[in-house]
Amino acid sequence: MATLDTAPRPVSPAAGATVAPGRRGARRRKRRGNGMVGWLFLAPFAVVFLLFLVGPLLYAFYLSLFTNGLATGEEFAGLANYSRAFTDPAFLSGVWFVVRFAVVVIPVQMLVSLAAALVLDSLTSRFATFSRLMIFIPYAIPAVIGAVLWGFLYSPNFGPLEQLFGEGAPFLLSPDNLFYGLTNVVTWQWAGYYMIIIYAALQGIDPAVYEAARMDGAKAWQIALRIKIPMISSALVLILVFAVIGTLQFFTEPQVLLPISNGSITTDITPNVYAFNLAFRFAQFNYASAISFALGIVVFIGVYVFLFLTRKRGGFLK
Amino acid sequence: MTVLSSPARADAPAEAPRQHRARRPRRRRTGSHLFLAFLVLYFVLPLWFLIVASTKSPGGLFNSPNGALWFGEDFALFDNLSTLFTYNDGIYLRWLGNSLLYAFGGGIGATVLAVLAGYAFAKFDFPGRRLSFALLLGAVMVPMTALVIPTFVMLSEVELTNTAWAVILPSMLSPFGVYLMRVYTADGVPDELLDAARMDGAGEFRTFFQVALPLMRPAIVTVLLLSVVGTWNNYFLPLAVLSDSELFPITVGINLWQGLAGANNGGGVSLYTLIVVGSLVSIIPLIAAFLGLQRYWQGGLSIGSLK
Repeated sequence: MATLDTAPRPVSPAAGATVAPGRRGARRRKRRGNGMVGWLFLAPFAVVFLLFLVGPLLYAFYLSLFTNGLATGEEFAGLANYSRAFTDPAFLSGVWFVVRFAVVVIPVQMLVSLAAALVLDSLTSRFATFSRLMIFIPYAIPAVIGAVLWGFLYSPNFGPLEQLFGEGAPFLLSPDNLFYGLTNVVTWQWAGYYMIIIYAALQGIDPAVYEAARMDGAKAWQIALRIKIPMISSALVLILVFAVIGTLQFFTEPQVLLPISNGSITTDITPNVYAFNLAFRFAQFNYASAISFALGIVVFIGVYVFLFLTRKRGGFLK
Repeated sequence: MTVLSSPARADAPAEAPRQHRARRPRRRRTGSHLFLAFLVLYFVLPLWFLIVASTKSPGGLFNSPNGALWFGEDFALFDNLSTLFTYNDGIYLRWLGNSLLYAFGGGIGATVLAVLAGYAFAKFDFPGRRLSFALLLGAVMVPMTALVIPTFVMLSEVELTNTAWAVILPSMLSPFGVYLMRVYTADGVPDELLDAARMDGAGEFRTFFQVALPLMRPAIVTVLLLSVVGTWNNYFLPLAVLSDSELFPITVGINLWQGLAGANNGGGVSLYTLIVVGSLVSIIPLIAAFLGLQRYWQGGLSIGSLK
């Protein structure tokens, strides 16, 4: 590799002379100037991108501008669906639920995954390798199956809670406990994935840095807090972004647990569950599209602002 | 400096400080191991329940003398499996086959598109490159579930709902896969190597296939694995676009059984037993794939975050 890096660029003297000195730095990035070949490589993805991302987004916006009543048929309504959504208690309570949920579940997930990754990074035993895989395993399990499994474990008929606590066993899907029950399912599902990302970032740090800190008398917890965490901040920002996007579009777990929750999970618990039920139970595709589009835009703007504010730490928007 | 090589790199030079650590008090490491053991118990608990429950007869599932977390007196795993594979003319095997088809159709498609597009972004200058890349980064932040309902309406207008295409085609969209491929290719495939191939008279496509593609392999495996898993686990999209239960993937199928089980609609068969055994069988392929391909994904998952 080294020989390739230092190999002189085979340019004829004449051609070299026409290149201004300032352009040489730009060479690394801009190779093939005439560049339609680039579009050939990009084209297949661009087609799918237009058809299944830009298309549905524009179409959702278009649909959301109409109302469809049985008597009236399809009618242009302007932004009426949006003003309906933002005064619809079902939609607003769903938004409030996912925001509250995000505020609780994301810190919990990040703390669990960060703690697990820091401990794993400090050990080399076989048990540590084994643990790493076991903690990661829930990521390989579909969210539907994960929700079904926790549904069994929570259930008074199948689960172990009654055997542990007797008659007074808590039902984690009751209205009072639902929030914790769902927090547990989501944390279990995703913490291992985040742990692996953090762990890989930790393993990428040059151990010489720790050596130097130790020479200066730093303790293990100081190294973790002052060196390791700051050095992996871009991984943490990335995880936070994934977690925010994932949590605001919360759908699978509540939808799967809905039938066994004895009514404490309602069809409007999150904006996505609400939009799904509006569309597929009540055939209100126009209103459902408005909710989908509003959700998409809100998440997009929220994440964009967040990335903009943290752009010095994350490498994403540079 | 390729980010992907980090785990391999960490194995060798990490030896020195590890020895150093071994001399520290044992107490701390015991504490760490206890903490890990607790985490492992928590993360494995549902799996353990699943394995134990799969061996129980339908009656034993409700009323087990040794509790929900230990084996019952009877061992009915094989009976349960044969019920699973024969129930309703073997609908479960159909679902499993559908999941495989969708996951590999969508996953391979997404990977091919991501490899081509990532290479274009990393190695070519073309008109509109900056704008397209900004759009791509924006797309990573769009919640994919917001697209499901309009995608359904669009597909129904061209009469593609309730077909395999309705799941496979939208699953081929993976902006994050393109982003990963671009980040990896930018450093993992040296420009000098591509220039050398061009100087030797190779065309753009030959350069891509024979020089760039082999170097991109670690990232390709990662993107493939992530997109196959993403499609395999997907629930919202197939739930929305498919109505014929013959076309369901395993996730929607198990969910269907769960709904029926609540309404006692198994027609004499305990659907709860089928759900438990069906869940166990369905997660084995993915767990096996993850364990078998550890080398690739453990490093690959960090591509995006280390830059």
